[in-house]
Amino acid sequence: MALLELAGVHKRFGGLKAVNDVSFTVDAGTIKAVIGPNGAGKTTLFNLIAGSLPATSGNIVFAGQRLNKQRPYQIAGCGIARTFQNIKMFNGMTALENVMVGRHVQSRAGFLSSMFRLPITCREEKAIRNKALELLEFLEIDEYADVEATSLSFGQQRAVELARALALDPSLLLLDEPAAGLNIYETAEVGRLIANIRDLGITVLLVEHDMSLVMDISDEIVVLSFGEKIAEGLPVDIQQNPEVIKVYLGE
Amino acid sequence: MKKYLAFIPFFLFIVAVHLLTTWTDTLYYLTQMTMAAYYSLLIIGLCVVMGYAGQISLGHAGFFAIGGYISAALTTRNLMEYRDFPLVRLLDSLGVLMTGQDIYGDNVMVVTPWLACFAAVMLAVMLAYLIGIPALKLKGHYLAMATLGFGIIIYRIVLATPYFGEADGIAEVPPFVLFGDISVSGDFASRVSNYYIAWILLALGLILLINLIDSRVGRALRAIHGAEDAADSMGVDTTAYKLNVFVLSAVFAAIAGVFMTHYNGSIGPSEAGVMKSVRYVAIVAVGGMAHLWGALITGITLNFLSLRGVFSTYDDAVFGVILIIIMLFAPNGLLRVNFRQVAVQLFSFRRAGKKEG
Repeated sequence: MALLELAGVHKRFGGLKAVNDVSFTVDAGTIKAVIGPNGAGKTTLFNLIAGSLPATSGNIVFAGQRLNKQRPYQIAGCGIARTFQNIKMFNGMTALENVMVGRHVQSRAGFLSSMFRLPITCREEKAIRNKALELLEFLEIDEYADVEATSLSFGQQRAVELARALALDPSLLLLDEPAAGLNIYETAEVGRLIANIRDLGITVLLVEHDMSLVMDISDEIVVLSFGEKIAEGLPVDIQQNPEVIKVYLGE
Repeated sequence: MKKYLAFIPFFLFIVAVHLLTTWTDTLYYLTQMTMAAYYSLLIIGLCVVMGYAGQISLGHAGFFAIGGYISAALTTRNLMEYRDFPLVRLLDSLGVLMTGQDIYGDNVMVVTPWLACFAAVMLAVMLAYLIGIPALKLKGHYLAMATLGFGIIIYRIVLATPYFGEADGIAEVPPFVLFGDISVSGDFASRVSNYYIAWILLALGLILLINLIDSRVGRALRAIHGAEDAADSMGVDTTAYKLNVFVLSAVFAAIAGVFMTHYNGSIGPSEAGVMKSVRYVAIVAVGGMAHLWGALITGITLNFLSLRGVFSTYDDAVFGVILIIIMLFAPNGLLRVNFRQVAVQLFSFRRAGKKEG
């Protein structure tokens, strides 16, 4: 069953068609990758789904809900979590606190109950903390829980960002180039991690440059070129697709 | 529990100041300490807006003045001639009006301080929403601009309205009876009790804000400051949070204004002046923006010195100079000064000068 469905999605920046009539579906419990050369519109497409940019036309439907025109925080509330291509840590907060922010949509406390520290708020706070610690453990960075997130290494920050996204208990996880800036060992590690996340029952949609990673872990691949979808299918078929080879290697 | 440990020296300090002034027969210092505590209540509220949510308000003197002026006007303006109006009759039957005689023996009917305080805070909340909703939808320094305009409007209104006493302000504001014999007033006999009222109120405000910062809401606010779009995609309704924390700080400012006015027994238009707002922003900056204790310590110290007249007629100039020095050498506040970096900075200044020469 399709968890996410894009139908005829367009995005224009003035005269530039950054995303041109793209349609595809993402099935629940699978890993789907969007690939394409630089400037193909991958990140734009990603931002359309996450609500950071409004689509010019077309429909984006998630679990029966139309996502167009919703703000990012509302989309997060629907159960879609994302990471950023250039990591965005919250300055001045520890790794643990960063992950705890991820529990925002799963908790309730407001201004007054937080200020007066009601018993129900204390219980909720404890649950938030435990869940965040659990996620840091899952990503094997729990020893850095109390370190300021921005002072961690690049790879560790990436892990914190992933933990933060998982803290939303999302049904769909959007990963924007999760292997960018990582060496081959770290990339393999990330691949293993993404497969683990899928095995937890979370659907993953990722944008990626690194072909080896995409071919290893994806269940299905969509190829974009100049804003248009040129191919879609299983990794083995994509590898043989003459259109894709042309786009990546030239004629 | 660790975060409450700092309250132990804080309470010891409060008692120590009282004892020290008693032994040295300098109880008059407590008057300025009381007033400094009320100003600091406003400052810690502003600190949460500036340091934790990353918004700048140049209109907090306006909210302070709303608190002070509304409670002063309602508790002094005679309602006797309106006694047959339905609203006044209703308020009277609810027991929120006080009747008595003024110094000329005329009958007066005024609103009780509790209701006046409530009304003042409610008005501050309404106005904070009114400015905050349009200003916070825009990015950048629009809130600073909008609140600056708001502060100027409030200043001109109190200066031009006879109901608010024009340039003279409002005097003879009655004491605010909190419970039993305890009341907020400038009466010499109750100087010590008022000192404790002010500092306990400040401590309560501080506890509430410290709780807030270390909670789901506080993390959301700090996340907005850290990376707004990332906070948004974590499900934080950034506009609503910025608006609510702005309103919360307006409430702190209004309550400070109410108590200060009853304590002084009067309020004048200078409390609404823009220079006052600039001063509050400067004090928060000196304290280190995202540092409640820092804002509190500098708030008490600088206000106390200013109220003692240490800066004499250069009062506003001193705060301007402080702001410049802090921004140059200690942008993270006095409590987080990196002395080595300051030394390097001074040294490189001189080097650059030599090269040019």
